[in-house]
Amino acid sequence: MTSDTVKTSPNYNYDVVRLFTLATIFWGVVGFLAGVFIALQMAFPDLNIEPYLNFGRLRPLHTSAVIFAFGGNALFATSYYVVQRTCGVRLWNDGMAMFTFWGYQAFIVIAALGYVTGVTQGKEYAEPEWYADLWLTIVWVCYLLVYLVTVIKRREKHLYVANWFYLAFIITVAVLHLGNNISLPVDFTGAKSYSVAAGVQSAMIQWWYGHNAVGFFLTAGFLGMMYYFVPKEAQRPVYSYRLSIVHFWSLIFIYIWAGPHHLHYTALPDWAQTLGMTFSIMLWMPSWGGMINGVMTLSGAWHRLRESPVLQFMIIAVAFYGMSTFEGPLMSIRAVNSLSHYTDWTIGHVHSGALGWVGFISFGALYYLVPRLWGREKLYSTKLVSLHLWIATIGIVCYIAAMWVSGIMQGLMWRSYDDMGFLSYSFVETVMAMKPFYIIRALGGVLYLSGALIMVYNFWRTIRGDVNPKEDTQLQGAAA
Amino acid sequence: MSRFTHETLEKNSLLLLAFVIIVVSIGGIVEILPLFRKETVIEPVEGVRPYTPLELAGYNIYLREGCYNCHSQQIRPLRDEVVRYGHYSLAAESMYDHPFQWGSKRTGPDLARVGGKYSDAWHVAHMIEPRDLVPESIMPSYGFLMKNGAKLHDLPKHLKALSVVGVPYSDEMIEWAEKDAKAQATGEARTDTEGLIARYGDKVIARDFDGQPHMISEMDALIAYLQVLGTMVDFDAAKNVEGGAQ
Repeated sequence: MTSDTVKTSPNYNYDVVRLFTLATIFWGVVGFLAGVFIALQMAFPDLNIEPYLNFGRLRPLHTSAVIFAFGGNALFATSYYVVQRTCGVRLWNDGMAMFTFWGYQAFIVIAALGYVTGVTQGKEYAEPEWYADLWLTIVWVCYLLVYLVTVIKRREKHLYVANWFYLAFIITVAVLHLGNNISLPVDFTGAKSYSVAAGVQSAMIQWWYGHNAVGFFLTAGFLGMMYYFVPKEAQRPVYSYRLSIVHFWSLIFIYIWAGPHHLHYTALPDWAQTLGMTFSIMLWMPSWGGMINGVMTLSGAWHRLRESPVLQFMIIAVAFYGMSTFEGPLMSIRAVNSLSHYTDWTIGHVHSGALGWVGFISFGALYYLVPRLWGREKLYSTKLVSLHLWIATIGIVCYIAAMWVSGIMQGLMWRSYDDMGFLSYSFVETVMAMKPFYIIRALGGVLYLSGALIMVYNFWRTIRGDVNPKEDTQLQGAAA
Repeated sequence: MSRFTHETLEKNSLLLLAFVIIVVSIGGIVEILPLFRKETVIEPVEGVRPYTPLELAGYNIYLREGCYNCHSQQIRPLRDEVVRYGHYSLAAESMYDHPFQWGSKRTGPDLARVGGKYSDAWHVAHMIEPRDLVPESIMPSYGFLMKNGAKLHDLPKHLKALSVVGVPYSDEMIEWAEKDAKAQATGEARTDTEGLIARYGDKVIARDFDGQPHMISEMDALIAYLQVLGTMVDFDAAKNVEGGAQ
């Protein structure tokens, strides 16, 4: 390839994007399946198979599979696609890009094997042990290099807003990962390590990490996705350039402070809790700045929403983003948190963000990408996209409504007193009350998983080059 | 030189990256660094000691099985929690946990002060089949802990690593770690626990926790850990001191 041909028509590296896209789909199904299984374990404890398939070992498997495997691969796929398209150059260093793919998949497998065999640091969303963390660090530095060098050799003068978000996501996740995983291996030939920080300090560092895994992995990165795919699918420019600047900087500045709201009323000093709460409430505004910019991009093109189920996915995603970023600040208020903390309300909140925002914006991007990456004119079936959309939406509603009811109910039961001033309920009575909601939640998960399987079928046929005969306009014309 | 605007950042990606790093660093620095002036964060409390080697082995099993996914170890200073679980948790009580096990979800009850609330036999039966004792429980069963021998031979290395990160294990404690663990899981009646008590205090519970005298199982270690949770600080004694001062 000569440099002249590059200048005239950029020869984009879609190979690695295709691989990451397939990995996203694969790990998505694995992660949703694990979620359904552990949801069923909570309703039917006999489904626990000791020791390898007990809830305590499978729950990290589920969270890592959806956050890091599904979400992470979606971020790799879309960031590599978007950075090439918006910079007008081929992705830097094919070999290193390919290494990030296999390296990242290896990390996922190493981490997953650890979970079921009981290798864990015991920190939520940071369970992989020191050797897996080191490996991920190498992969992540390569990711940053591939992305950054591509950005540096871009042909566009201005760096498009989606790239600011991807860049902030990549660098901040690196900082968080290093900060939260400082640990000392017991033996360099063994898996076990002890975190250098203990007690209060380790709690603060963990939730600085944990909440910003949400803020940068599951928000900033996916906002990058929104800033590219929503305008593309709507065929409209981003609503407000100024708003994107204001909400970008305020979002990344404020998010970092929000961690201590996970530690209200604990032994963490009050000043830190108050800072966490204050910044969490402030965070509402930049979050909604992003939502407004996404939704209003459709202004003047609302008819596109009616025609494109792919756009419907993205707009419902942004709506869920708006809803959960309103609910989050609410739950960070100490008084509300005293009720919601330790209950299913938190689980429901996370899933309205994960299933609604992260899942749907990724599905939207995948539906946009697959036909283009495999050179197909259109998807096998648009009707199946609609079916996926509605099954998954009903699934989310079942899920979060069940968790709202069970969470608030359990919180209220824990703090209810009888006339004599004694606690009204023993702990296990509050567990018994959860059962119907755990079943509804599992049902919601089954619906969400079914939607994803419909997507897999649709992609399989699309990649094969099929078009549903009922939706093929040329064929219909011929028949008439 | 041209005026600095947002355009400057959009055209210079390395500058943009530098700005991002600065902007995301501030919050963490302000919230985390002051916590390492421990004297202002952790009020010293009498009684809190590092785990015995056997308890530490139990702590590691607690982590391995992901107990923190469903059980918290942090009692908040709220009326109902103090009634249900006991005195609210103090910072000092988790100062030797690398890392903390405060948890974030109570699918099961808080365990910060579970020590001494149930008998060893209750724990054994409950761990083997939770529904035998609490029919409505949704906890997984952990009978395999009875069959697995506790890994004690590498405990000196564990204590050594922890001493490097700040837990005050003495050289003597490290040297005796394996023997101390065996003594604690065997009990006074059948072995010499004098050294163990000299090193870790006379409140240390040494007995055959799992009721299987022929082996030291992972169940022994886990129950030793559960039985010490929340018992190190003597709150009644602290109250008496306060009362006496008035």
